[in-house]
Amino acid sequence: MLYRETGQFKRNYAADQQLFPIFQDKILLAAILVVALAIIPFAINDYWSKAILLPFMVYALVALGLNILVGYCGQISLGTGGFMAVGAYSSYKLCTAFPELNLIFVILFSGGCTAAVGVLFGLPSLRIKGFYLAVATLAAQFFLIWMFNKVPWFYNYEMSQITAPPREVFGFLVSGPQAEPAAQYLFVLGFIIVFTWVALNLVRGRIGRSWMSIRDMDIAAELLGIRPLQTKLLAFAVSSFYIGMGGAIIFHIWLGTVEATEAFDILQSFFVLFAIIIGGLGSVLGSFLGAAFMALMPVGLKVVLVDWIGMVPVTAKHIEFMLVGSLIIFFLIKEPHGLARMWQITKEKLRLWPFPY
Amino acid sequence: MEFIYALLVQPFVDMYLDPLIFIETVIKGLMAGVLYSLVALGFVLIFKASGVFNFAQGVMALFAALTLTGIMEYMPDGLPKWLTVIAALGITVVIMILLAVIIERVVLRPLVNQELIILFMATLGLSYVLEGAGDLMWGSDVKVLDIGLPTDIWDIGGVYVEQLDVTAAIAAGSLVAVLAIFFTKTRIGRALRAVADDHQAALSVGISLQQIWVIVWSVAGIVALVAGIMWGSKSGVQFSLSLIALKALPVLILGGFTSIPGAIIGGLIIGLGEKVVEVFWYSVHGGAVENWFAFMLALAFLMFRPQGLFGDKIIERV
Repeated sequence: MLYRETGQFKRNYAADQQLFPIFQDKILLAAILVVALAIIPFAINDYWSKAILLPFMVYALVALGLNILVGYCGQISLGTGGFMAVGAYSSYKLCTAFPELNLIFVILFSGGCTAAVGVLFGLPSLRIKGFYLAVATLAAQFFLIWMFNKVPWFYNYEMSQITAPPREVFGFLVSGPQAEPAAQYLFVLGFIIVFTWVALNLVRGRIGRSWMSIRDMDIAAELLGIRPLQTKLLAFAVSSFYIGMGGAIIFHIWLGTVEATEAFDILQSFFVLFAIIIGGLGSVLGSFLGAAFMALMPVGLKVVLVDWIGMVPVTAKHIEFMLVGSLIIFFLIKEPHGLARMWQITKEKLRLWPFPY
Repeated sequence: MEFIYALLVQPFVDMYLDPLIFIETVIKGLMAGVLYSLVALGFVLIFKASGVFNFAQGVMALFAALTLTGIMEYMPDGLPKWLTVIAALGITVVIMILLAVIIERVVLRPLVNQELIILFMATLGLSYVLEGAGDLMWGSDVKVLDIGLPTDIWDIGGVYVEQLDVTAAIAAGSLVAVLAIFFTKTRIGRALRAVADDHQAALSVGISLQQIWVIVWSVAGIVALVAGIMWGSKSGVQFSLSLIALKALPVLILGGFTSIPGAIIGGLIIGLGEKVVEVFWYSVHGGAVENWFAFMLALAFLMFRPQGLFGDKIIERV
């Protein structure tokens, strides 16, 4: 009843191919956008911004990037942390070298730099597959982090901890300690909306289909005339572009100061990988659900275990570890397509509710 | 020019001028390599028998070491040391076997016939569970593991050798020997090799896959215990142990995922390579290359020989 498509006819090709063909989906999307654009900016405060909304949005962007590589193209990567670091440090270099440059372009360019690095580390993917590739991407993770710590050029010959300089976008301060939470939030939200739209269109078009055929069986895809090298490298490039932007946003907007070994270590790579497994591999919506889950669960657990029950924070941390691990196993066994698939099933059920057969 | 000199000439001059340091570095590297091989061995065992790439092997070593130290703390005081150690070891082995049974029941059995990459991710989740459980039960502070292994340093003609390293080498050697006998001479060992060869064929001659998996994971757990003891005695039992164990992965890539001798030789190459590069090429890179050198070496190696030194040739079919 709630979710009935009856009577929604498509009369031309454009209507048939729109991103959200179902009327109820459009309403839902519009409602989400209204809340996100018109209500949250007025209600936001520093805690909500720094502890909940920014982490969720940043990780959604990064998870989206990783999902393109792992979920759509089937190339496992454990180097996410390293690529985020590339984004953060290249945005720092760009920002300090060209103080006049608008922060939007800084973040886009640092995404571009990360894409180049991603392609470089994606080159072996033609010869090596599966877990071999996972180990190879670990090389990227450890090497990049080491490089940002060791080569003074990257942190302008000062301290190895880099700090985001204050920058204005359209007259609003978005980066630096004095930045307004609402301005920061809207800035990141803009990136999220634009690049989610790009991703949605990428994965359903020719490019996305060629990624999926490589994922499903690369030899068969090759026989169909898909060039594996270009396809895989494109996936690496697009994915690293998203991840690099995420890293740059983490540095400029969310954290403000980062230190490569702490902010972008291997646990970050696992964190994002878990987000897409829980959310749903090969699903744009899944990246958001997974990022929301992974970013909000520690906050929720902290509230419940530490503030209500009065547990020691360290113990709560260990329980969080166990919970995340068990959830991964649970999802892999019960619902390999994650939260996104669960949402899809709910939608199917809602079609018939309250009168199932 | 200076850079090229530092890269290509200086290190060899140093080696020639100071052979004692060179020999010491080589020995240290080889010994570190033995420790990597110990972790890698567990990986190979599980990969051979079930095709599962067990990411949790490093954490299993941490978990085993944590359990061992934890149990030793709770042992009654009056007992002689050797008795405490043996009893604690016994209990830990039992716990690792129980763990294998639980893993088979809860994780592996429901995932039979899934893609290997799914199983790999499941072991990633498993590593988080084990890490949380180990820390939750025994606390996350750095622990000293002392089961009475010799810790002195031998001075052989100016070259210093740690006795602990030698013990580790002996342990690794005997472990490989025992495993080799186990795999070739016993009934279970033959069944294991059959499973490794072809799951379905093994099933058809009456080998129980589930039983075999429990055995393999138990053996891998015991290997993890040995690795955990060695690492723990050397640098204390702590969280970073599970990260050090990640270095077993490039070892595997070098040696090949399916070869036990490969795990040993790969470990030696990696340990040796990273120590020598760390010490003699210091002026080129400025230190701390141990974090990534092994991975880069493996990556470069993969380009030429994707199946590793001793691995089975990878054949792909549609």
